[in-house]
Amino acid sequence: MNLFSTLGAVIRVVANCPLIKLECAIQISSCCYIIPLSAMSIDKLVEITDLNFSYSSRPVLRGVNLSVSKGSIVAIMGGSGCGKTTLLRLIGGMIRASSGVVRVDGEEIRGLRREQLYEMRRRMGMLFQFGALFTDLSVFENVAFPMREHTDLPEAMIADLVLMKLNAVGLRGAARLMPSELSGGMSRRVALARAIALDPMLMMYDEPFTGLDPISLGIIGKLIRDLNDALGTTSILVTHDIHESLRIVDYVYFISEGQVVAEGTPDEVRHSTSPFVEQFINGRPDGPVPFHYPAPSFEEDLRLEAVRS
Amino acid sequence: MMSKLFSPVRKLGHAIIDAVLRLGFAARFFVAVIMASGTSFRRFSLVIREIYIEGFMSLIIISVSGLFVGMVLGLQGYNTLQRFGSESALGVLVALSLLRELGPVVAALLFASRAGTAMTAEIGLMKSTEQLVAMDMMAVNPLSRVIAPKFWAGVISMPLLAAIFSAVGIFGGYLIGVRFIGVDAGTFWSQMQAQVDVRTDVLYGVYKSFVFGIVVTVIALFEGFDAPPTAEGVSRATTRTVVISSLAILVLDFVLTAFMLGGN
Repeated sequence: MNLFSTLGAVIRVVANCPLIKLECAIQISSCCYIIPLSAMSIDKLVEITDLNFSYSSRPVLRGVNLSVSKGSIVAIMGGSGCGKTTLLRLIGGMIRASSGVVRVDGEEIRGLRREQLYEMRRRMGMLFQFGALFTDLSVFENVAFPMREHTDLPEAMIADLVLMKLNAVGLRGAARLMPSELSGGMSRRVALARAIALDPMLMMYDEPFTGLDPISLGIIGKLIRDLNDALGTTSILVTHDIHESLRIVDYVYFISEGQVVAEGTPDEVRHSTSPFVEQFINGRPDGPVPFHYPAPSFEEDLRLEAVRS
Repeated sequence: MMSKLFSPVRKLGHAIIDAVLRLGFAARFFVAVIMASGTSFRRFSLVIREIYIEGFMSLIIISVSGLFVGMVLGLQGYNTLQRFGSESALGVLVALSLLRELGPVVAALLFASRAGTAMTAEIGLMKSTEQLVAMDMMAVNPLSRVIAPKFWAGVISMPLLAAIFSAVGIFGGYLIGVRFIGVDAGTFWSQMQAQVDVRTDVLYGVYKSFVFGIVVTVIALFEGFDAPPTAEGVSRATTRTVVISSLAILVLDFVLTAFMLGGN
């Protein structure tokens, strides 16, 4: 057997196994190849390097560097408007970076033509903040939509697959309902079933916990973890729900004012002494993220200076 | 002082530049829709579904309006013609008025108000609830899957609706003229048959309604696609669809009529 194909196959198997730490060396057959894996990017599904993005003249992301290992769940956290969702849209190729590189599965997103980008997106799934279900289609048809558009599977097989996906999110019984008949949590679970319809390699979750009651929130969190492990998917979770996220993710990046200001495993984050992380975890109103939006001095605005003089 | 003086001029300039820019965007949108039409013809069921929503669902308002317009034409026409002793020409008057002008124009105005606003609101809401982005993220082009089928459904539905409007209108004229007033039925129909020309009367009406179908549908879809993703944005876009479509129909009607009469 060709040595390089064997090497590739083994690396793929090892990289896809979440239980194996890739910091170790790889031993193949009787030969012993010592490869420093820290220098490799083969286990990284998403790599972002020196990424800058601006809306008109307003910078949103400034020199962002981060990577997501295959099979892991990575949370991107930060306050509202810090550029988290923008980052997801850049990874999905919905918008183009001002500068810097976004690589998904080794391919630079910015260099892809429309057909290539669509080819890449067929291997991605995205859960939008409020589900974005097609309101004129039933729950069943929503989940069947990507299958009907991208495959030539017979109707009976599509029906089975849809019911399996809905069963995975616990909503097989709601297959005939319309989106208007679903609660917020149910809508997101249906959207999750739709997003995993084609078994994507990368799942992106945009604020999946927003506006949910504690039970629905727990269900969505558990589904994200379980589906990631069962399907061997890689997940990126954009959220500001610190407690639920730390329970299910493998790694966390904190973004503030368009930059990565802290990162680490959930344990490292819990014990972090970074002022930003402390403020974020404890929900303090003031700190590195100021309470006040930038403005002239209060006295100046109230024209107290004029009164004094 | 000078800046205050020039302020209205500057505003007018901005308004003109904005209007020209939007016209340019609409033209690019139209070209993009045409280029993305392959799916509509490969999967014609998508277009048929939209014809049902845009065309079939408009049938009641088109038929009822056509009936009353025809009845009014019958009353007014008889009232005018009898002064000259020409009641026998009532059928011709009703038919020509409907086929050449009122059928295409009023049907297009009604289509813009009923189906056009529905299209704008639907596309605008799909945009504001991220359904179009979600579709794009699923590697399905919204222009091919959602917009182009609606466009072709509008283009196909409009001439059919105008034809139905005219047919029902002629029946309304017949009801009033023949059944209630007592104009001779044979004269009513035979005069109509003799005087109405297929090429210059019927087909010109079809051409007009075809052009109105393209214009109204493109305006409605563009306004929805371009609407800011907010409640106010969708509301304004819906209003703009009715206003711009109505003006476009009336202006184009004049231009097309001038060309058609000039060609005779």
